Amino acid sequence: MYKLFLRGLISVLFLLGLSINANADFKVGFVYVGPTGDHGWTYQHDEGRKAVEAAGIKTTYVESVPEGADAERVIRQLAQSGHDLIFTTSFGYMDPTNKVAKDFPNVKFEHATGYKREHSNVSTYSARFYEGRTLLGHMAGKMTKTNTIGYIASFPIPEVIRGINAMTLAAQKVNPDIKTKIVWVFTWYDPGKESEAAQALIDQGADIIMQHTDSTAPVQVAEKAGVWSFGQASDMQRFAPKSILTSIIDDWAPYYVERSIAARDGTWKQQDTWHGLKEGMVAMAPYNSAMGSDLVKEVEQLQKDLASGKAHSFTGPIYDQKGNILVAEGAVADDGMLAGMNVYVKGVEGDIPQ
Amino acid sequence: MIKIEKRNDVSRSIYFLTPVLAIFLTLFGGGIIFYILGFNPIEALKFFFITPISDLYGLSELLVKATPLCLIAIGLSFCFKSNNWNIGAEGQLIFGGIVGGGVALLFYNHDGFYVLPIIILSGAIGGMLFAMIPAILKTYFNTNEILVSLMLVYVAKLLLDYLVVGPWSNPEGFNFPETRQFSKTARMPILFDGLRIHAGIFITLINVFLSWLILYKTYLGFQIKVSGLSLKTAKYAGYKGKTMIIIVFMISGACAGLAGVGEITGPIGQLHRNISPDYGFTAIIVAFLGRLNPVGIIFASLIVALTYLGAETAQIFLQVPKYTGQVFQGMILFFLLGSDYLLFFKIKFLRLKKNEL
Repeated sequence: MYKLFLRGLISVLFLLGLSINANADFKVGFVYVGPTGDHGWTYQHDEGRKAVEAAGIKTTYVESVPEGADAERVIRQLAQSGHDLIFTTSFGYMDPTNKVAKDFPNVKFEHATGYKREHSNVSTYSARFYEGRTLLGHMAGKMTKTNTIGYIASFPIPEVIRGINAMTLAAQKVNPDIKTKIVWVFTWYDPGKESEAAQALIDQGADIIMQHTDSTAPVQVAEKAGVWSFGQASDMQRFAPKSILTSIIDDWAPYYVERSIAARDGTWKQQDTWHGLKEGMVAMAPYNSAMGSDLVKEVEQLQKDLASGKAHSFTGPIYDQKGNILVAEGAVADDGMLAGMNVYVKGVEGDIPQ
Repeated sequence: MIKIEKRNDVSRSIYFLTPVLAIFLTLFGGGIIFYILGFNPIEALKFFFITPISDLYGLSELLVKATPLCLIAIGLSFCFKSNNWNIGAEGQLIFGGIVGGGVALLFYNHDGFYVLPIIILSGAIGGMLFAMIPAILKTYFNTNEILVSLMLVYVAKLLLDYLVVGPWSNPEGFNFPETRQFSKTARMPILFDGLRIHAGIFITLINVFLSWLILYKTYLGFQIKVSGLSLKTAKYAGYKGKTMIIIVFMISGACAGLAGVGEITGPIGQLHRNISPDYGFTAIIVAFLGRLNPVGIIFASLIVALTYLGAETAQIFLQVPKYTGQVFQGMILFFLLGSDYLLFFKIKFLRLKKNEL
């Protein structure tokens, strides 16, 4: 009996071993920091992946990969299992991506929102989300009655600070009395914390809620409290139909399709991409008609100007909180300054956590 | 009528076989779940349990993952054996990581063979001190150690958040919430080129051996076990209960702290907010699956580590949702507890006589 069982076990293991076979097809892998159902950051990356799939290229994704010791293994496994191009879609994957890239020179790597390209097969890409923030600021400045804008921020990194500043500058332009109140939640995705932050901001008199976090909790709180809000990363309109004025949409699809095809056809080159409204990597969801057709027209015009380069989110004069000049009158901030931005502009309340 | 009775004699061999039974039941249950989800169950189980360890890199990753789990579970077994419910190993791991990481940053760009041992030692002491908080509160103020140790997890997490965002953040890191990469002398030596398995595994193995020695060969171990079985007996025998509570928490905390330091000086190489994917909580499952026995815990940690790796490979090859890994861990514990119940109790079906109604 025992021997029979053993023999059975061995033959099963053997058959299992036989069925592992390698696949020579071109494949693209995606590593996500959150679940694909977050309706924010990861959701949009997955939409991009689906577009790659629709273009006839095989894709694989791994969701909710912690940014700790596990990330390197997942990226390596994707490289090892025949993926030719791998998108790692969170900042915390920066060092693991570069480490794995070193060992797989024939595999291409694309890391989102990072700044390290230590090997020639690593590219980085990000979007000029701040252009969208400028539009939000314009609307917020016009729509607020209390002159107080509530901003839920994730981490005090340049990307987030840029967004706060771009929004505040645009709001001040249409409403000089504007004040931006910020709550730092130190997370990208935590519906509980985000809704608490939204509530706290509303209690402090904010009648506009804006978020640089990925869950739909803040817009839902805003909807309940009857204040205006803006969606983040994807169109969150259906979660707060009355409250949402528009959403900033991260549209990764064109970039993912372009880079995947380039990698398949052998024309992929290392680069650092920073696309915005012009290229469509940042897009706006339909504007809520509740803000009035005049304002919608204004914002649409501003959107066109930002895309064409006629307007810039950071046009001087720009002052910091103490009144020192950051950008001279008539000048615009260059990309180097934007990339390392770590001071608030005048009108933002509080200090950057250091 | 159904009657549940306690069994008088529990077979020792079956006691150690039920975890194996639980694993087989989990495989079976997992197969059914995969089938319901529309996957070929055999193929899915193969990607889950065989593919991840079918090459050297996979085996090394399995050990990398099992190293902290085993170490923490070993420490926890001291607490659990003596009926002290330390639920906060995650916090002790993080605090050990904070102290060890702090020392590593202090020795930034500092050469010397003594750097790593000091970091490791300080991590162990950090975890130990952090675990003494619930122990002292329990012994002198009669607080509930489950609550205190659990709440301290959040304290440790928030402290780590504060440090990596603020005072310890990398000055060249654009304010991203992470410290500098530790220098070479502060990193665990890698055992094989190209693999991530590091010297931390020796710390774990030495600890397993020491725990076995303490638990089964010393008077202290005997005291721990007796007070776990019956506190009254222990008191009657004149054992110092309070000291023992503090000692088991210290051992447990030191192990968790070592695990934390092993992670940050091993595969991670810096401090950031996600130094542990809840190893401290998963180790509770590992400890019980291993029957609080040092050898059992080694096997249990390997199996639980495999569920993590399996969840990743199954997702890569079949796009099975990632959370199936957690479902498997849950199922293992469920079946283990279920079979334990049947092990210690028997169910009797009694036919009622008419006059009893």
